[in-house]
Amino acid sequence: MATATAGTTRRDFLYIATAAVGAVGTAAAVWPLIHQMNPDASVLALASTEVDLTPIAEGQIVTVKWRGKPVFISHRTKKEIEEARATPLAQLPDPQPDQERVKEGHDQWLVVVGVCTHLGCVPLGHQGDYDGWFCPCHGSHYDTSGRIRQGPAPANLEVPTYEFVSDTSIRIG
Amino acid sequence: MSGHETFQPQNKALAWFERRLPVFGLLHSSFVAYPTPRNLNYWWTFGGILSVMLVVQLVTGIVLVMHFVPTSAGAFDSVEHIMRNVNYGWLLRYIHANGASMFFLAVYIHIFRGLYYGSYKDPREVLWILGVILFLLMMATAFMGYVLPWGQMSFWAATVITNLFSAIPLVGDAIVTWLWGGYSVDEPTLKRFFSLHYLLPFVIFGVVLLHVWALHVVGQNNPDGIDVKSNKDTVPFTPHATVKDSFGLICFFILFAWFVFYIPNYLGHPDNYIPANPLQTPPHIVPEWYFLPFYAILRAIPSKLGGVVAMFASIAVLVFVPWLDTSKVRSARYRPLYRQFFWILLIVCIGLGYLGAKPPEGGYVIAARLLTAYYFIHFLVILPLLGYIETPKPLPASISESVLKKHAGAPAAAGAVRSPERNG
Ligand code: HEM
Ligand code: FES
Repeated sequence: MATATAGTTRRDFLYIATAAVGAVGTAAAVWPLIHQMNPDASVLALASTEVDLTPIAEGQIVTVKWRGKPVFISHRTKKEIEEARATPLAQLPDPQPDQERVKEGHDQWLVVVGVCTHLGCVPLGHQGDYDGWFCPCHGSHYDTSGRIRQGPAPANLEVPTYEFVSDTSIRIG
Repeated sequence: MSGHETFQPQNKALAWFERRLPVFGLLHSSFVAYPTPRNLNYWWTFGGILSVMLVVQLVTGIVLVMHFVPTSAGAFDSVEHIMRNVNYGWLLRYIHANGASMFFLAVYIHIFRGLYYGSYKDPREVLWILGVILFLLMMATAFMGYVLPWGQMSFWAATVITNLFSAIPLVGDAIVTWLWGGYSVDEPTLKRFFSLHYLLPFVIFGVVLLHVWALHVVGQNNPDGIDVKSNKDTVPFTPHATVKDSFGLICFFILFAWFVFYIPNYLGHPDNYIPANPLQTPPHIVPEWYFLPFYAILRAIPSKLGGVVAMFASIAVLVFVPWLDTSKVRSARYRPLYRQFFWILLIVCIGLGYLGAKPPEGGYVIAARLLTAYYFIHFLVILPLLGYIETPKPLPASISESVLKKHAGAPAAAGAVRSPERNG
């Protein structure tokens, strides 16, 4: 019995080693097939956009395209800023103060990705119960800070990475 | 399965070939001599109708590809080009687009037929599960096909449906980016959907072969839901089932032709004749009619992840029906209580379809929640309990007995037509 066990052990080792090498090899062969579906180099290259803010009047929202998605740039009025700041955080499903969603010293400029955090429709500006955006797909309401207030969307409109290149222009991405 | 005659080629060349690859014998035993229960009704013609619809979609699809351009700049125009310039392009496209709807009409009838007559029960569980897999593959195929014309509805359907995966915790967003090949639905998405839309129908074809194989191993169920006991209970597939299936198919094609030639855009959405615009969502987006009940379930749950889970669960639950139904009796004909719940379920599903097309507000949402709850209660509570509380009606001793009893007193001619095994 003892010799039989010894023989089996060596064979077992070979089986396991072969299977392990085979599994790693298969995974290595499959990975390119999966990874080819991720964004390619040309898509990644388009990843930043510069926008001139001078033509945007107070109270106006413009939509620009960034990475194939709409980005809303809202030149907010005093009233809109106050509305956003007066809202107690406790009333928000995804609590975040307005100050954290804009750049300091540029409180009138709200820049958000125009993609509903529910299932990706483009919300309509200056609509809904909170003077911000309303998503027609399944009825989500966003406020003047782009924060979710009511409806199925779980999160606030995303603030993309952007910076002020000068006082009147920003670079998104 | 044995029963009626076997295949004996007279032709020398055929016999030579048959000894090397018995493919004609296989076809003969599957579609000529194959014994089918003699009491099958017209609800049993939909399997054949579905097979023909698959061929219709394959043939029209392959020729559409000869003119279609799978790029975000070219897709919409190439579909218009098919409609206006390609010879009979309008016909081919209308057949393909309405064919998808007819395919789903047939599959829904086929599924509810199975639910009514208990066709999922022992020994047909694997056959049934293969059917659920076919249903899922059809849904994926039709969804990706709908994206190809790159109209507004195509684009926003693609966006909303792929975003369902973003509900998955942690890896959701990475999965969605991977599905898109970018940061939004765009050219890479269109191209991969095109590739898969071409592939999946052939996968469906393969699974259909398994489905039919499983069917021929266990044999067909029948409206009485009792097993075949002797040769008297069956008739050979040809000519009986062949002729009946052909007649059913012709009636079905009349309906199909009516859609194609008289109301080809009735089931579509006019917004899909507007080119895709990634910066503007149409005010009211709805999926194609065959997805509406599932869309209603998705929207009924007031949480993103919950809605997605409920929607997938509503299909997944079908896989478990063979074990959720605890009754030993198959056919609803002999199950007085189940029969009533069956009709309620059908009405609930149609109701969900109606609600899926309505805006998600007020009373519609409440109704959708109630019907969604009922849908799950039917499968998870009512089906298991019924097996214990229901007293089934007595089953006939055999298929032939039940057929003869039903037709007792009918003129002799009818009897002659119905007992062909004598001239077998
Ligand atoms: C299971 C079978 C299939 C189903 C359910 C299906 C479904 C669909 C649907 C719903 C559309 C959109 C029609 C429209 O609104 O214009 C479509 C389009 C298309 N399909 Fe299919 N399809 C199937 C098989 C195939 C096959 C086998 C091919 C090619 C090999 C194909 C090629 C195409 C092409 C090129 C289009 C775009 C042109 C158009 O929109 O008419 N399909 N398909
Ligand atoms: S996508 Fe905006 S509410 Fe669903």
